[in-house]
Amino acid sequence: MNPFSSGTRLRDMIRAIRACKTAAEERAVVRKECADIRALINEDDPHDRHRNLAKLMFIHMLGYPTHFGQMECLKLIASPGFPEKRIGYLGLMLLLDERQEVLMLVTNSLKQDLNHSNQYVVGLALCALGNICSAEMARDLAPEVERLIQFRDPNIRKKAALCSTRIVRKVPDLAENFVNAAASLLKEKHHGVLITGVQLCYELCTINDEALEYFRTKCTEGLIKTLRDMTNSAYQPEYDVAGITDPFLHIRLLRLLRVLGQGDADASDLMTDILAQVATKTESNKNAGNAVLYECVETIMAIEDTNSLRVLAINILGRFLSNRDNNIRYVALNMLMKAITFDDQAVQRHRVTILECVKDPDASIRKRALELVTLLVNENNVTQLTKELIDYLEISDEDFKEDLSAKICFIVEKFSPEKLWYIDQMLKVLCEAGKFVKDDVWHALIVVISNASELHGYTVRALYKAVLTYTEQETLVRVAVWCIGEYGDLLVNNVGMLGIEDPITVTESDAVDVIEEAITRHNSDSTTKAMALVALLKLSSRFPSISERIKDIIVKQKGSLLLEMQQRAIEYNSIVDRHKDIRSSLVDRMPVLDEATFNVRRAGSFPASASTMAKPSVSLPNGVEKPVVAPLVDLLDLGSDDILATPSSSGPDFLQDLLGVDLGASSSQPGATLAPKTGTDLLMDILSIGTPSPAQNSTSSVDLLSTADVNSNPSIALDTLSSPAPPHVATTSSTNMFDLLDGLSPSPSKEATNGPAYPPIVAYESSSLKIEFTFSKAPGNLQTTNVQATFINLSPNTFTDFIFQAAVPKFLQLHLDPASSNTLPASGNGAITQNLRVTNSQHGKKSLVMRMRIGYKLNGKDVLEEGQVSNFPRGL
Amino acid sequence: MIRFILLQNRQGKTRLAKYYVPLEESEKHKVEYEVHRLVVNRDAKFTNFVEFRTHKVIYRRYAGLFFSVCVDITDNELAYLESIHLFVEILDHFFSNVCELDLVFNFHKVYLILDEFILAGELQETSKRAIIERMSELEKLQ
Repeated sequence: MNPFSSGTRLRDMIRAIRACKTAAEERAVVRKECADIRALINEDDPHDRHRNLAKLMFIHMLGYPTHFGQMECLKLIASPGFPEKRIGYLGLMLLLDERQEVLMLVTNSLKQDLNHSNQYVVGLALCALGNICSAEMARDLAPEVERLIQFRDPNIRKKAALCSTRIVRKVPDLAENFVNAAASLLKEKHHGVLITGVQLCYELCTINDEALEYFRTKCTEGLIKTLRDMTNSAYQPEYDVAGITDPFLHIRLLRLLRVLGQGDADASDLMTDILAQVATKTESNKNAGNAVLYECVETIMAIEDTNSLRVLAINILGRFLSNRDNNIRYVALNMLMKAITFDDQAVQRHRVTILECVKDPDASIRKRALELVTLLVNENNVTQLTKELIDYLEISDEDFKEDLSAKICFIVEKFSPEKLWYIDQMLKVLCEAGKFVKDDVWHALIVVISNASELHGYTVRALYKAVLTYTEQETLVRVAVWCIGEYGDLLVNNVGMLGIEDPITVTESDAVDVIEEAITRHNSDSTTKAMALVALLKLSSRFPSISERIKDIIVKQKGSLLLEMQQRAIEYNSIVDRHKDIRSSLVDRMPVLDEATFNVRRAGSFPASASTMAKPSVSLPNGVEKPVVAPLVDLLDLGSDDILATPSSSGPDFLQDLLGVDLGASSSQPGATLAPKTGTDLLMDILSIGTPSPAQNSTSSVDLLSTADVNSNPSIALDTLSSPAPPHVATTSSTNMFDLLDGLSPSPSKEATNGPAYPPIVAYESSSLKIEFTFSKAPGNLQTTNVQATFINLSPNTFTDFIFQAAVPKFLQLHLDPASSNTLPASGNGAITQNLRVTNSQHGKKSLVMRMRIGYKLNGKDVLEEGQVSNFPRGL
Repeated sequence: MIRFILLQNRQGKTRLAKYYVPLEESEKHKVEYEVHRLVVNRDAKFTNFVEFRTHKVIYRRYAGLFFSVCVDITDNELAYLESIHLFVEILDHFFSNVCELDLVFNFHKVYLILDEFILAGELQETSKRAIIERMSELEKLQ
């Protein structure tokens, strides 16, 4: 009868599989077994059922698909005998999980078994329910489980308690039903029941405030007494671990006391004595004792202020930190991070030891220590700590450099006392770990460099020297290329020498060598190469003497396999060749990048709305909020049976696709579809020179160039580019693009492609400000609407620092282009325009709606206006 | 709370895998592969804790077998380390001097013992004797 001991066939199968020499052999054996089992399943013979299922479990553990056995589990569970049920439930827990619909079929069997007269069967059902129940089952079966918490047999009580834990995790609303039953468990003497009861109470406290209050008033004293009795109890061989009676129960009790004491001075007061006793009396030479101490320290630090206890706790941590056992040091580092919030000084005393831990061979310790060091840094010790860390960066493991460099950058950015120091430290990091540095970090560096005009010369020389040595560090190369492009003249002429510098001699062609190296190196990525091309374009104007050589390098890129590079090469070449007269203004130095804007962006403080500073300058990406939490990570959570809403990636802008501008840009970020794309924008901005015309369609660098051209010199634009001066926003961007490409284009299409006309609306009007929207449809795409917003100042004073922000519901996607200006003249004497592109994924079903916020300075005072637009024309 | 428990040998063959959170089959294989890679090459002197995605894995090696428990980042590492040892002691008692082969041929019993030790990702019983007695009681019903 027993599937395992008598029938030898399971053993035979395991033997056969173990005897396999190769994976292919194993697959063959498994395939044959599976075929046999399927055949037997089809015969529906109840005799072999449990043996088959046992085999399937083994096969499943080897990683082969076994879904065809799922129904067999249900049949076994429904059969009357205990052995069959036992195998059935085991199979259920292994082969199925709560997300399979088959599981719904088992709810009824579970309900019957929970009410079964045989308590062993009840135990099986509770076990299965506790391990895999879904929210729906939890709702259906909660009353049975609640009743079983009072069952006479302790084995059932403890299982029911843990089962309830899962139920309330799944359906927090059910928590209040369990409070009374849980409280009754705290009076138990049986350790198993007590530990599960404590666990259930802890769970209830964390999800329900009323439950917390109830346990706090009714149970705190009882729990303290239980803990005291156990601490003082005589030797109990059954529960003794290294001289401590049931450390597991100790720990659970301490943890429950923690939530009870947190935020409540009276409860905290009650427990001080016992905590002090545990902290002083517990043996700390074995792991079990340290585990209890560790938990005790955490509780002391979490409950309401009891200073003498905290000193005790910190001392224990100090002892832990100097322990030879790595595990103990690890938990000490972990806990010191919490201690730092209330006693910074005490933790600072251990700084040297902690810094040593950063250099530990064990990655786990290093990681903890590094986190802790980051917290320890302040204005006073930043230079010293940074030096230590950077010194270590040079010799650290390759796989640790990413974390380490990220932390160093964080510290340097946060506490930097001066710009020179900041730039120096960042350069060191880029040299040592440039390939690990994240985009937002080097973007920030460029912003700072751009703002430190007195350091431009110094920086570009330092970068030049560095890049000669460290050619493999991608981000170092990028920053160097950018700076040489911008400040190449300062490099060659040794302008702005600082006292600390040694003079160097760099010729123009040396500088170009560096760029050429970056563009030709096979492992440069496309962003670096594109930046290098821009730098070359800029240098061609800065270094007229070698512009022929630069042109050759650019021309070579016409053959690049990357469409983006090809296109840029052609465009830049035409600038160098034909537009000498405007070239110098075109490639003028970048205006100073706006630090404040960048920081706002970077902090991603408006994840749901796009803010476009009314300035043609920076729109550096807010690369901070990468979707770090991949679905994989979420999967480790209990609640992940809820369908993961994978945010649809924002529909790629067809124009960007056409242009291939979107190189290497990070994939569209969920929740921040409006955020500017990384990379692209930077490059775009590098090109955004001059004042863009009011009607710019700045989706691509090309457009920016074209509009700038049109603006500064209409005749050229008309003659050579044969481009219609952009009359208003309705000019399709693609037309512009083709025009720039000199003759590649068909004759410019008329505006006839536009959809039906929509009447303009007044989107917002207050006493001081009026906003008008005009609409046009992108040809061939009914979902997308181009909106041109015109801002008019009705007040007698000029608005400065004008910012328009907009947010839309999820079914819409919004893209904001930069505004034409950030200053709005008084009394309607001029206007700001800004283009918005709205894509309506529910076109035809829902109409557009938008919230907006307008900020500006009026006589130096910040003014904020808000409004909602719901009067959009129908059918957009 | 325990997210999953794995028992793997040095080659990465899974001898026991118990999940207390719902995961896709493919995801489980990935997890097993990753955890094995994380723990297998660590020095004996290193900590028994490794960070794994947003959680951490507490592992302990017994001869050629790795017992790994994945828990929340805020859980008490030392306590779980101790409970791994308790589990091993229970197995040792049950199989009287357990070895890897016992676990292979009696894999279902290992699961049943585990179900008496841990439920819903939490500790259910801390007494070795209670679990062994319960197991023999259940065996009699077979």
